[in-house]
Parts: sequence; C-alpha cells; structure tokens
Amino acid sequence: MGRIWAIAKKELSGYLNSPAGYIFLSVFLVFSSWIYWRTVFLVGEVSFRSFFNYIPWIFLFLIPAISMKLWSEEKKLGTMEVLLTWPIRDWEAILGKFFGSLGFLILALAGTLISPLALSYLGSPDWGMIFSGYMASLLLAASYLAIGMWASALSRNQIVAFIMGVLFIFMLLLAGSEMFLYFVPVFLTPILSYLSLGTHFDSIAKGVIDSRDVLYYFSVIFFFLYLNKYLLSLRKN
Amino acid sequence: MILSNHMIEVINLSKNYGTFKALDDISFSIKKGEIIGLLGPNGAGKTTTMKILTCYLAASSGKILVDGLDISEHSIETRRKIGYLPENAPLYEDMTVWEYLDFSGAVLGLGGEAKRGKIDEVVASCSLGDKKHELITHLSKGYRQRVGLARVLLGDPEILVLDEPTVGLDPNQIVEIRELIKKIGRSKTVILSSHILSEVEATCDRVLIIKGGHIIATGTPEELRASKGGQSRIMIVLEDISGRDPVSALGGVPGVTGVEKIKSHETGVVICSVICEGGKDLRKPLIAFLRDHGFVLLELSRTQLSLEDIFVQFTK
Repeated sequence: MGRIWAIAKKELSGYLNSPAGYIFLSVFLVFSSWIYWRTVFLVGEVSFRSFFNYIPWIFLFLIPAISMKLWSEEKKLGTMEVLLTWPIRDWEAILGKFFGSLGFLILALAGTLISPLALSYLGSPDWGMIFSGYMASLLLAASYLAIGMWASALSRNQIVAFIMGVLFIFMLLLAGSEMFLYFVPVFLTPILSYLSLGTHFDSIAKGVIDSRDVLYYFSVIFFFLYLNKYLLSLRKN
Repeated sequence: MILSNHMIEVINLSKNYGTFKALDDISFSIKKGEIIGLLGPNGAGKTTTMKILTCYLAASSGKILVDGLDISEHSIETRRKIGYLPENAPLYEDMTVWEYLDFSGAVLGLGGEAKRGKIDEVVASCSLGDKKHELITHLSKGYRQRVGLARVLLGDPEILVLDEPTVGLDPNQIVEIRELIKKIGRSKTVILSSHILSEVEATCDRVLIIKGGHIIATGTPEELRASKGGQSRIMIVLEDISGRDPVSALGGVPGVTGVEKIKSHETGVVICSVICEGGKDLRKPLIAFLRDHGFVLLELSRTQLSLEDIFVQFTK
C-alpha cells in the first residue's frame, strides 16, 4: 500500500510540478466552462445537464494527453527497468500510476465546480443531478485513463501512445451512438450499446445511478489495467 | 539444501530472442563479497545476463540461485537483495536529486526518520551534498551516475549489479566512480559489466569473458594471463634502413610466435612488437640476432601481455 501511494504521489506531483499539468488544467477548465456558459443565457434554464453532454468528447482528447507519458516515457528514459526491478509487484506500479493520474483528474473536475456554484446564484439547480453528473464524469475519466495508460504501454513514443489512446476510446465511445448502430446488424446493437462508454455515461448523467452502469465502468477499468499488466509481463520473453 | 558460500549461482542459463541466442547455456558462480567483471564485446550477452539476474527478463532455460533461492520463484526477495544500475543510469529528469532519492526510498519501503537518515548517508558516500537540490536534467554524466549509485545503495542491497558504470565519463570521473565502487565493494558482492579492460583490471577480483552468449574464459586477471602461457611481449625500436624488413627477419628467430610492425610518429625509426613463446626470455637472442644481421638497435624492452592483448586473443 505504501509503495502504491509513493508511486501515486510521484505521478501526481509530476503533473503539478510541470507546465504541461497547468496547461492541461487551464485548457480543460476554460474549454468546458466556455462551451457550457455559451448557451446558458440563450436557453434561459438553470440546469447543469448540458455541461456533461460535452464531457465525453472533451475527455476524449485531454485524458490520453495526460496518460500518454505514463509508460512510454519510462520506456524511453529506461527508468522502467529501475521501476520494475525494484522489490514491488508489477500491479503495484500500475495502480500507483493509475491513482496518481486519477488524483490529478479529480483536481481538474473539482475545478469545474465553479460553474454550478455560480449557477446557484442565478437560481436553484438540481444538486442531485449535478452529483450524479460528476459521478458519471469521474467513472468515465477513470475508464479513459485505464485505456490511455494501456495504450501508453504499447509504445515508447508518446505521440503514438496518444493517438492509440484516442483511437481506442473513440471506438468504444462511438460503439453505442445511434449513427453507428444504424449501420450494424440488428442482433449486434444491444451488445455494442452495452459495450459503449457513452451509453452508460448518459444514463448515470441523467440522474439514474444504476449499479449495472457502475459495474460496467469498474469492469472496463479492471480489464484495461489487467491488459496493462499483461503487456508489461511480455517484456520478460 | 546445499550449504555453499556462493551468493549467486548461474546454472545452464540460456536466453533466446526469437531465433537469436543471446545466452547459450552459461554457468558460473559468484562468492559472497567478490567483485566480478563481465567482460565482452558489445552484444556479447552481458546486459542480458544482468537483466535476467535482476528479474527484468525471464530466462529461456536454466536458472539462477541467489543465496540458494531460485530467482524465478522468489522474485521479490531476490530483488530486495539486489541493487541494479542499468546502463546510462536512467533517472527521472524533472525531479531534483533529493526528490528522486526520497521517492526511491519510499518505494523501497523506507519512511520517516529512517528514510531521511539513509538518504543523507548515501548522499554523503556518493559526494552529492552540493547537488542535492538540483534538477537531475541539469546534472553532468558523472553526477548522474553517482545519483544512480546513491539510489542503488539506498535499499542496502547485498548484491550490486552495475551495467557499464563508467561508460561516457571523462577520465577523472571514471577514477572517482571506480574508487566509489571499490569502497562499496568492500562489504558487498558486486557484478559489473564493461568492455573496457583496464577498468575491469582496476576494480575486479575475477573476470568472466563473454562472447556470443558463451563464457570463453574466467579467472583473475593474473590467471587469464597465465592461461595464455605467460606470453610476454618485447618492444624493439630500430633505425629504419631502406631495403631491410625487420618484421620478416625477426619472425625467423627461434621462440618468436608473432611480430607486428607498430606505427611510429618518429621518422627514420621502425618499431616492432615481438610476442614470445611461453615463459621464454628472448632479449639476449634478439639483441644478438639484430647485431649479427646489421640492424641498428635503439631501444628494447619487455612487458607482460596486457589484459587487452589477452582479450583480443580470447575473442578473436
């Protein structure tokens, strides 16, 4: 546990000590707030729903940018050899990196709380809805992160890791969209829409916290962290 | 269980990368407290051996025992005993020396006062005091190597595995790192790899020469010399007389196994290096021969074969 915490702390302070971390934070906060506030006064409704509509698409590009360095940088610098020959298990290193980056994403999400707080001056938003929206965003962020981190273990090149991450997330996100389902055989639609990151997000963000949706996200996270461990173990051969 | 004073036993170890055999059935053992040099040309299998020993790679066949335990079954215990410094001392560039050692200590399970004490100790023993708060990316190669060594020492390992610890350093830094390794080596078992022979000679108790995945010779530097029949070399400097070829003439002297012309920077001078058959002192016959055949001898000296010569002979 102490070792996972040590690695998580190192990753988190890595983001907070680098200009890239602050660029990420400002881009995310400015971008997400701007998209939301742009329409608030036009619609004239004290609702925070539309904020979460854009979250899957903003995260699509921003989270792989955060996760791309997690393994590829270690590979490039050669520090991975040091990390994985320390007396720690591979999964401790994986979890440490995952939680460290997740901590940073939680900070970023917490920053957006300014918007609902501002909204509560204008009227009385539905805080239950806002809570479930944040919960959906957090689960989505953690899933994107697990996928992005796995993609990072594919290559020593960060750009390749970024593109692979965006691509995989995009595929999983799109799988459940109506536009895509229109073109696939009917018997596949329930499977694809179940596998899609987007459908589960929509249902939680709507305010329905169903344990099946939560379980889905935990399965995605676990699956990709496990794939990550498998990728690391391939080095041995 | 067999009691032995062997810290590390490598038994019939092989490693294949696809169809390429990086290590082909090598066996050796290392006693506690020894400083061992793995010597060989690039791509001989030194780094592969180290990566298997440190559990970064798995062997294709064969096994390694550390302190009597099979490393593939006791990976974590083994890694706790081993401090590994990979080639070029990889470090996190955007951390300061202190932050890096603090992080490394935490991952190794140190905490609080004990961690701080240990960091101060390794910082002092690697002379990093004045660079403690500098970013690693700003450090010179020599300092980076020291930070790597400090990190290795932090876990108080019984075995140090150092891959090319002096590569890319300037001569002063090489001497410093060597002294440091010798100092550390008084209380620990050390394996270091190198393709620089003088380095191995200066630091190691015993040398393993590896080539093409095989161990082709092992012993102390003295033993390796003796195994080549105690050959000695005589350097002869002659006046350059046109039309006279000393190389072929010297080759005919009984007891001479090889003659080589060495490039000279002086004009009007020929330098020959004569390798003599085991144990024979050919100085007198050579002087007599040169005088009788009308050569003008300017200098003559006898030296032991250097480890360089032995290495070249072994790896030819």
